[in-house]
Amino acid sequence: MKPVLEVRDLMVTYPPRRGAAPARAVDGVNLQVRQGEIVALVGESGCGKSTLARALVGLVKPTGGQVLGGGEPLGYSAAALKAYRRHTQLVLQDPGGALNPRQNVFDAVAEGPRLHGLTDRLGERVHAALARAGLRPPEEFAGRFPHEMSGGQQQRVVIAGALALEPSVIVADEPVASLDASVRGEILKLILELRDSLGLSALVVSHDLGLAWNIADRVAVMYLGRIVETGTVEEVLLRPKHPYTRALLSVLPDSDERPVLLTGEPPDPAAVPGGCRFHPRCPLRAAEQDTLCDSRDLPVLTGDPSGSSLAACHLVH
Amino acid sequence: MTARDRTRAPETPGSTRGPDRVPETPGAASGQDRTPETPGEASGQAPAPQGRPGTPMLDVRDLRVTYRNGERAVPAVRGVSFTLDRGQTLGVAGESGSGKSTMALSLLRLLAPSAEVSGEVLFEGEDLLTARWARLRAVRWSAASVVFQGAMSALNPVRTIGEQICEPILLHEKVGQREARRRAAELLDSVGVPSRRAGSYPHEFSGGQRQRIMIAMSLACRPDLIIADEPTTALDVMVQAQVLELLGELVRESGIGVIMISHDLSVLSHMCERLAVMYAGRIAEIGPSRQLIAEPRHPYTRALGRAFPTIGDPASRLAPAGLPGDPPTPSELARLSEGRGCAFEPRCSEAVAACRTETVELWPSGPRREAACLRVLEGSGT
Repeated sequence: MKPVLEVRDLMVTYPPRRGAAPARAVDGVNLQVRQGEIVALVGESGCGKSTLARALVGLVKPTGGQVLGGGEPLGYSAAALKAYRRHTQLVLQDPGGALNPRQNVFDAVAEGPRLHGLTDRLGERVHAALARAGLRPPEEFAGRFPHEMSGGQQQRVVIAGALALEPSVIVADEPVASLDASVRGEILKLILELRDSLGLSALVVSHDLGLAWNIADRVAVMYLGRIVETGTVEEVLLRPKHPYTRALLSVLPDSDERPVLLTGEPPDPAAVPGGCRFHPRCPLRAAEQDTLCDSRDLPVLTGDPSGSSLAACHLVH
Repeated sequence: MTARDRTRAPETPGSTRGPDRVPETPGAASGQDRTPETPGEASGQAPAPQGRPGTPMLDVRDLRVTYRNGERAVPAVRGVSFTLDRGQTLGVAGESGSGKSTMALSLLRLLAPSAEVSGEVLFEGEDLLTARWARLRAVRWSAASVVFQGAMSALNPVRTIGEQICEPILLHEKVGQREARRRAAELLDSVGVPSRRAGSYPHEFSGGQRQRIMIAMSLACRPDLIIADEPTTALDVMVQAQVLELLGELVRESGIGVIMISHDLSVLSHMCERLAVMYAGRIAEIGPSRQLIAEPRHPYTRALGRAFPTIGDPASRLAPAGLPGDPPTPSELARLSEGRGCAFEPRCSEAVAACRTETVELWPSGPRREAACLRVLEGSGT
């Protein structure tokens, strides 16, 4: 089965700021999203997860590697990007910022179809998208402006805007981070429903491991530009291999594990350590005093989702 | 709600733990190796009057805050009462608009003039809401201090952090520059920021470090009470865990009372021994954290608890739990305040007809806990 969305050896390097080295935000990533699958990409701020999301929808041009939509390499001409984005839509974190305050709901949702010349029975299309996003009855919401809606409703409008183009995959960057706890669950439910009813695939970027447990089939843990562990949600979250994943899980308030607090400097993509990139903060290396970690680079994990979980670590296997 | 009369001997931390005591974070120093500041010593230096034995450190009675904007009045806090003793930790949970931050900031009269505050805030027996400004200014920092959310905007960007930590010390205590600087350095070290960086500006620190600096500042005058308003909201999980552990350690060591505001029920329940869940400007449920999480009596507490899944819990796997509907808007709040009925009724899956007509208030729902739900009176759900 061909993945609906794939990246191969993706690199995104931002040009250096004055005096500094270039920032390797995404530093070799393989990842696949298959039909009807929800993949969670988790990591802390600065790990490159948002850059990867932007590269997936063609907003950032990779400096190396490939993005493939439906098996086809993504072209970066305006026309190619436009065609690509009919099938791959981005949902952003802060719906208040994503929506134009002077545009009503109908126009916000109709913007995509209009850009793509899908003006035939536009009203029907917009209303169907609103209803799918849970804004029912759609007629009641179409005339409203963002400020007349709650945060949860605004996020539903953003999702409706993505759905109006009937995409095959949605890339959602922290779709619930700015929402209240009770609303969060409702939006996550919606993403699951869309997968079940439309077969929609999704890559959800988040710092929240609970979100992955709630909705994802597979999870990829990112650290400093690389995916350090990937597998099914059960494998990675219940039987984590990589010391970074283990540390992340251990500091959750509900964890039974003894919390492993990582110390040291926060990771800086402009100064990626040699050897294993996690070694300066790794509790396992500290315990085992293994010099392999400091010197030998790790191979990039394959994006192939069919095998068991993978961890980029010298010490666990 | 009765004040928890846990008078803890500071010399023996960890000896007088109640059964509901929040599990101590493993790995945290329990303080034996340091000299804890005794609460008595701290209040002796603070210009607050010594509280009479038997009276709680903080006694909040029927606190109400209404924002006025011309003709429009938005009741943000609609009658909140609770008590807090030295060394106690109270978590206040709720969604945006629940009034939790307004409530916390009103305790020290930190709200804009458009906010009308009524009720009583008795701090060591003295009503802060009617206290004179000079008196209030003396209380702020030295007896009670605030850790604001968003340390970047709370810190002054054009002054070094050392200067900013010295400022309350110089204002409130009869010490010289040198002594203040020495104390600032000590404080920075105690929160894990190297004191040699006292000459740096806020932008030179990471988010987690800035939040640590805020905590150092709040401790500068050895207060008895710290109000922490979403102290870790903008931080990454790992940094959040570090800051929370620091805060927990400081509280255990020094017996400071803490009111911690957050939207994250799981964080609060692990940091605080008691928990108050706010909805629409009122306390919906209050009691020992563990009990509130394990056996919530108010449907809103239950829904809020489920919104944060426990990894490994099969019930939440591929089943996110939310709560249909939205919290009341400001205009709905104004209407609610006029009529009867439960503010949560429109979103409540267990609502009955009486929920719309009866006046709902906090009723005892178990030992040392209360819930504002009619079903508590029926005795159901136990």
